[in-house]
Amino acid sequence: MSDIFKGIEPLIYESKINVPYSWWAGDTASKFFINLRDEKKIIAPRCGSCGKVFLPPRKVCPACFTENTEWVSVSDEGTLVSYSVARRKLASIPADKKLPVVWGLVKLDGADTAILHFLDDVDPGDVKIGMRVKAVFAEQRTGGIRDISHFKPVR
Amino acid sequence: MAKRVAIVGTGQTFHKSHRPDVNGQEIINEAVQRALADADLKIKDIDAIVIGNMDHFEGINYVDCWSVDGSGGVMKPVIKITTGGTTGASLAIGGNHMVGSGMFEKVLVIGWEKNSESDTTGAITTAFDPIWDRQVFAGAISGLAAEAQGYMARYGASDRDGARVSVRDRKHAMNNPHAQLRKEVTLEEVLASPMLADPIHLLDVCPRTDGACAVIMASEDVAEKICPKPDWIWKTAARHSYAYLGDADYGRLVSMERCAKEIFQKVGIKEPRKEIDVIEMYQPYSFAGLIWIEDMGIVGPGEAPGYIWDGNTDMGGELPVNPSGGVISCNPIGATGLIRCAEAAMQVMGKAEGRQVPDVNFAVSTGFGGCWWTDMLLHGKKKPN
Repeated sequence: MSDIFKGIEPLIYESKINVPYSWWAGDTASKFFINLRDEKKIIAPRCGSCGKVFLPPRKVCPACFTENTEWVSVSDEGTLVSYSVARRKLASIPADKKLPVVWGLVKLDGADTAILHFLDDVDPGDVKIGMRVKAVFAEQRTGGIRDISHFKPVR
Repeated sequence: MAKRVAIVGTGQTFHKSHRPDVNGQEIINEAVQRALADADLKIKDIDAIVIGNMDHFEGINYVDCWSVDGSGGVMKPVIKITTGGTTGASLAIGGNHMVGSGMFEKVLVIGWEKNSESDTTGAITTAFDPIWDRQVFAGAISGLAAEAQGYMARYGASDRDGARVSVRDRKHAMNNPHAQLRKEVTLEEVLASPMLADPIHLLDVCPRTDGACAVIMASEDVAEKICPKPDWIWKTAARHSYAYLGDADYGRLVSMERCAKEIFQKVGIKEPRKEIDVIEMYQPYSFAGLIWIEDMGIVGPGEAPGYIWDGNTDMGGELPVNPSGGVISCNPIGATGLIRCAEAAMQVMGKAEGRQVPDVNFAVSTGFGGCWWTDMLLHGKKKPN
């Protein structure tokens, strides 16, 4: 390894690329977020052809390729489909989360697809696939997915 | 195995500066549904998808997978092509290759961009060499300004000549309900608009646009069953010449010249000015409308200003350029080159409505990228030999 630079003076230009973004959620996602923020309600679009209920909400059913126009209420309780436990503090983990952080894929009652979120109020060792969990809403809600603070076990 | 390829359907969004009502997948879907309706096909009829946008622009890297809800790519072969400004035209060439190879019968080609979500200049700067060029140069406009300066010095053209092109394209856009900017301007208004980089005024350049375009290509085995008068793709070409900013010949677009020579020679077009009926050029700023029709061989070096002042490239003229209003009126970058292709196809198919040029036999569409490269397609009414 130490021989790599033998006889060479490697000159390097250190730089960063700054490419900021501001993504539009769009009408479909916004409808979900506004309900979550203002009513603490979870709603989802249903395909008029196959009847599938999508959470996260999708404007178009990928199977039928038709627009989803009907919205239904979805329970704030559901089933854990799978999970993972993070034990190192990486940049992608929000600053306010304490280690270990548990991520879960939760299929809410009434939805056909699972949503990714944090699990909390639970010992990581007690998390089991198939366990029942319930949404805990954030006190301060701003119209984003963290208007749900986390999911906790149903006891 | 090689097949002749035709465009059998096109679709576009109504392009706007901001589309806060839809996300990327959803804007893609609008164009796809319109293209399917135009060809009277269902998504199940599509054998493969080619999709593209600009690197970095929305910061979503696996566009080919992330977009399947909108593109209809669920459980289909999807491939992404991204080549900077030429992306849309490269997508068309890629789709042409896929169908032409005989491996796919019907291919859906999609270009899209949500320019409103990104820092366009920051993203474009990543196209330039990090050690040599990027430290002293940024964005797209300054390179174009250098080209315009070079051309004006060489041939005695003026900023009034450039402004005349802008007046033309912005007038043409009035006929196109899909164009973002639909407001006629006068020569004086162009020249009085803010100077961005000498000699380029604000009204000389393209906007940033949210939009998507979709084109369906089909092999000769089925094209005429889907569409009685399809747009046949006669020939395509692509040329690159550049690694560093200093490599370009400022005032001449060599890649355009080479693409045109290759295509016209192979097809046997001797007098492009007479034999081509309409051009949809990826012309990101007005002066390119002068310089690049010379490089294409429509007129000789230095002759473009006179040709354009005489109205030859206006609607009703000898060779209308950009009946759609062109890139100056509308620029969802990853879609822009494909919109040129779609607009040229619509002209050949007789579907261009209020912007239709009568009796189009041959049309040319192009793609351009800020590092001076060119894509070109020749579209025709008759089936190629």
